[in-house]
Amino acid sequence: MTGIEKSAVTGNVVEARGLSLSFGSTPALRGASLAVRRGEVVAVMGPSGSGKSTLLHCLAGILVPGEGEVWFGGQRLDSLSDDRRSALRRDRFGFVFQSGQLVPELTAEENVALPLLLSGTRRGPAMAAARRWFPVLGLDGLERRRSGELSGGQAQRVALARGLVAEPEVLFADEPTGALDSVSGELVMDLLTTAVRERGTTVVLVTHDARVAAYADREVVVRDGKVGTLTGAQP
Amino acid sequence: MGEGGIRGLAAAGNYQPRRQFYYLREYSWGILSGMSVPLTLLGLLERGPSHGYDLKRDYDAYFGQGRPLRYSQVYATLSRLARDGKTVAGPVEQEAGPERRRYIITSDGVAEVDKWLGEPVPPDPDLQSELFTKVVLALMLGKRADSYLDTQRAAHLRRMRELTSFKQRGGTLDVLLADHALYRLEADLRWIDHTAARLDQLARAVRS
Repeated sequence: MTGIEKSAVTGNVVEARGLSLSFGSTPALRGASLAVRRGEVVAVMGPSGSGKSTLLHCLAGILVPGEGEVWFGGQRLDSLSDDRRSALRRDRFGFVFQSGQLVPELTAEENVALPLLLSGTRRGPAMAAARRWFPVLGLDGLERRRSGELSGGQAQRVALARGLVAEPEVLFADEPTGALDSVSGELVMDLLTTAVRERGTTVVLVTHDARVAAYADREVVVRDGKVGTLTGAQP
Repeated sequence: MGEGGIRGLAAAGNYQPRRQFYYLREYSWGILSGMSVPLTLLGLLERGPSHGYDLKRDYDAYFGQGRPLRYSQVYATLSRLARDGKTVAGPVEQEAGPERRRYIITSDGVAEVDKWLGEPVPPDPDLQSELFTKVVLALMLGKRADSYLDTQRAAHLRRMRELTSFKQRGGTLDVLLADHALYRLEADLRWIDHTAARLDQLARAVRS
């Protein structure tokens, strides 16, 4: 059975197999493996410097591992060219990072529309699709504001809308509430998990925060560059 | 309260209780066990005169969490409060049903409630926690404390998932109670992670 067939049969939408990656002489991943099923929300936990963000970047095709394989939807991701990985990230993946990372020159709605505009959708339909997210995420009336005119929680919800507007198959979220107070963070996680569960979007969620991880279907722990499943954890 | 209220957690939809874990109901018993039922009933009476039946209903709805008061407990408590001058019992009312009395809080009762509400609850440092005992004993005996900590971490995270799911379906009171449990579990988890990172050092300390 080929890798493509095997991945399709197991129903894993994204999978890391034995990833190793070093930054200079410092190993970040040492044989990390993780399989995420379609529609699953998986929290990747671990102490600072354990390699959890590096694992996310490899799964998303941002980094290429030194050893091992990354599979997405039956396709080997790590062996694709830079251009093809970029296209895949643009068209099939969504991203939410710790600090929104909105483009300050653009309005909130233009920020949300950005992934659609970059993938060739005309401005009218892209903006219309972007605006539909504002009431969903409690952002009514903020469409024309720029990032400097938004609170941290509002900016992160705009970033969430941007991550979901193109209806990605996988949303990669790296400490999405890390810069927020507990109430704003909780709102972001409530909205994120509600939105992805309604759409069947798969989520890989990197967090050091157990309260954030508790929104996931299951959690794995990265220690010393390897992925461990907690003893007694149930699928 | 939210869908089914806190009391409905165990019976809610797809919630499958697992014997080996504690439930929100049991958690509530834990945090409310030190709370005075008489003072709580007295506080409810400060809203206005009330029958024992209505007091029991409100107590169960707000604070019972699967552990409702018995009627006998309510009426015995109300009698003691009246004896101590904290309440007075109104005349017997008998319309169509059984005999009923309204209870009215006195100024002494109001002062008692005010005093109680202003007092801090003793912080519980958990210095004798079973979790701590298991880790130290495992290290003393040369057993796998790290495996135990992993198992405990998984149990805590599973419980946090259940509480988070419950919060997402619940109302404001449910959210506040679940948050209290979540923050305490999170504190345990931080201790677990902190301890896991120092196991070698701890092992040397307990074996020396």
